[in-house]
Amino acid sequence: MSSANLPIKELGETPLVGEGVTFKSVSETVCRVTENKAPRGWWIGFLLAISFTGVMGAAIGYLFWAGVGVWGNNAPVYWAWDITNFVWWIGIGHAGTLISAVLFLFRQKWRTAINRFAEAMTIFAVICALIFPGIHVGRAWYAYYMLPIPNEMAIWPNFKSPLIWDVFAVSTYFTVSLLFWFVGLVPDFATMRDRAKNKYRRIVYGALALGWRGANRHWQNYERAYLILAAISTPLVLSVHSVVSFDFATSLMPGWHTTIFPPYFVAGAVFSGFAMVMTLMLITRAVYGMRSLVLMKHLELMNKIMLVTGSLVGYAYGMEFFIAWYGGNDYEWFVFKNRAAGPYAWAYWTMISCNVISPQLFWFKRFRTSIPVMFVVSIFINIGMWFERFVIIVTSLHRDFLPSSWGYFRPTLVDIFTYAGTIGLFFTAFLLFIRWVPMIAIAEVKGVMPEADPHHEPHGHDGEHGEGAHAPATAEAE
Amino acid sequence: MATEKTQSNESEETPALLLAEFNTPAEVLHAAEKFRDAGYTQFDTHSPFPIHGMDAAMGMKDSKLGLIVFPAALTGTTLAFLMMWWMNGVDYPLVIGGKPPYSLPSQVPIMFELTILLSAFATVFGMFHLNRLPRHHHPLFNSERFKGFSDDKFFLSVEANDPKWNLERTKKLLESCHPAHVEAVYDDDEGGADFEAEPATGGHH
Repeated sequence: MSSANLPIKELGETPLVGEGVTFKSVSETVCRVTENKAPRGWWIGFLLAISFTGVMGAAIGYLFWAGVGVWGNNAPVYWAWDITNFVWWIGIGHAGTLISAVLFLFRQKWRTAINRFAEAMTIFAVICALIFPGIHVGRAWYAYYMLPIPNEMAIWPNFKSPLIWDVFAVSTYFTVSLLFWFVGLVPDFATMRDRAKNKYRRIVYGALALGWRGANRHWQNYERAYLILAAISTPLVLSVHSVVSFDFATSLMPGWHTTIFPPYFVAGAVFSGFAMVMTLMLITRAVYGMRSLVLMKHLELMNKIMLVTGSLVGYAYGMEFFIAWYGGNDYEWFVFKNRAAGPYAWAYWTMISCNVISPQLFWFKRFRTSIPVMFVVSIFINIGMWFERFVIIVTSLHRDFLPSSWGYFRPTLVDIFTYAGTIGLFFTAFLLFIRWVPMIAIAEVKGVMPEADPHHEPHGHDGEHGEGAHAPATAEAE
Repeated sequence: MATEKTQSNESEETPALLLAEFNTPAEVLHAAEKFRDAGYTQFDTHSPFPIHGMDAAMGMKDSKLGLIVFPAALTGTTLAFLMMWWMNGVDYPLVIGGKPPYSLPSQVPIMFELTILLSAFATVFGMFHLNRLPRHHHPLFNSERFKGFSDDKFFLSVEANDPKWNLERTKKLLESCHPAHVEAVYDDDEGGADFEAEPATGGHH
């Protein structure tokens, strides 16, 4: 892992941590967040987030009491905010897996500064996502019909339905992400255990660390496990959002029935996930003084990924439109004209401005390295990607084949409270995470520092990367 | 536990292991090479992160984890196939959308997902099994200095059950690696000797 840590000066590479960062200071910087008292801002955020979670509980309780009629969903718009929120949250989760698995396979070592953070986000986002399919079925107490377990009608799930594929895809995704996250945490829990000043921390972190003692005979299997998890998570993350897109693409609805959906959904998922990582990372980095571990370089690389995925999404919007016209199907072409110029044109153009236009700023280094710009753009992307799902779902449904069945969807207060409530749930989990769990992967950051290379000498006796066998192995970004 | 130990029959004098502390990855890597070349097999290095090249320096064979994961992956694929074939094709044939009751193409996604799911479980639990974790009690945890392994220190430990073990010679070999510190670590759970063992650990510095 650590042979290629020495930056190649000729390529303009610089170390992945700030000046003067040592192994000790990495442990200290990350662990002290959980050891010191929570700042007042944390409490304010936590109380706010948990209140919203309460609102969600109330909204869902009312839904169960009264039925799905309390939502704005009605003929012909049977899927609306519920599925929009589901797809939005699942998409946000995808950045975590992309960073922990795909960037790992590509040996993008800069990922170590943000992977823990993003993986935690994945798990919380998937929890929020899983709520929606569970509650939108109407009688939620029959949600177990989705599982292949014997029921009183002696009937099994229909495995030819993409909705059942989704059950398997999303629950597998959640389980694998959780396992991956925990494996990454074990060495860091050991650091927390060994620093523990009181009995409770020693017991809790000690139990979670599973008796980890950093043995090389363990690291060997550990690194292999990490590699295998990355290798299986990569096709998994691509499959999850592809399967989500099958929910739409395998139907015969104009506007949904397109083959571009799987790659288009995956690109959009990564795009929105990076935006959410960026929004949260900028705040946390400033509040907890993580600037020596999360450098401007990391933020800039994330912005580049957003530029790429944002442009992919823009291409998909354009291609979808082109094929709708070129395919010559009247219904398809009507749906697309209606998206851009119909009653929901405001949503369509919000989506285009947020997702396609705003990330184009990142072509310029000045904007790519400006914290206010990237913060605002990341928020725009979060909004835009929500609207993307809204546009796909609601605009395709609201003009049914017969004009007599046309409708216009308006959310109710319960819709709004449920959605806002899941944001509260997400932040509650997230704030608890940064309070009690090392938010940066301590062991992994140490592993990519120049000092971690056994060929590193403090005073560079053989010209930093004099080991010819190692230098070409560097797969550093740029 | 160790054959030598039962012969000497004095738990205070035979430590469970010898532990040397180093300040850099390079030092512990070179120490591991020395122990490998001297024919030791029951030794290990402890570091805050995996050190590149350490597997070779310790003379270790490749990890066996893949041998656990691959069968699990195949089990996942097969189980998913059998489940869907039996449920939709045999036990209660469902004809939906004019497709045959059992239709392979539509089963691919779930076969894939269960392959991944079982592989992930096998990877994580297989790794913990190979590492014999969780193990919350280990003689190493009796050493106060050992806590540094998860921060910025590097250790080499030699267990007393190594066939090459000889307290004096092993200690000399450790000291020839220029460690920052060497200590003998005792297993305080043997024969209720906790109270005697503690000062012995400290007194050995």
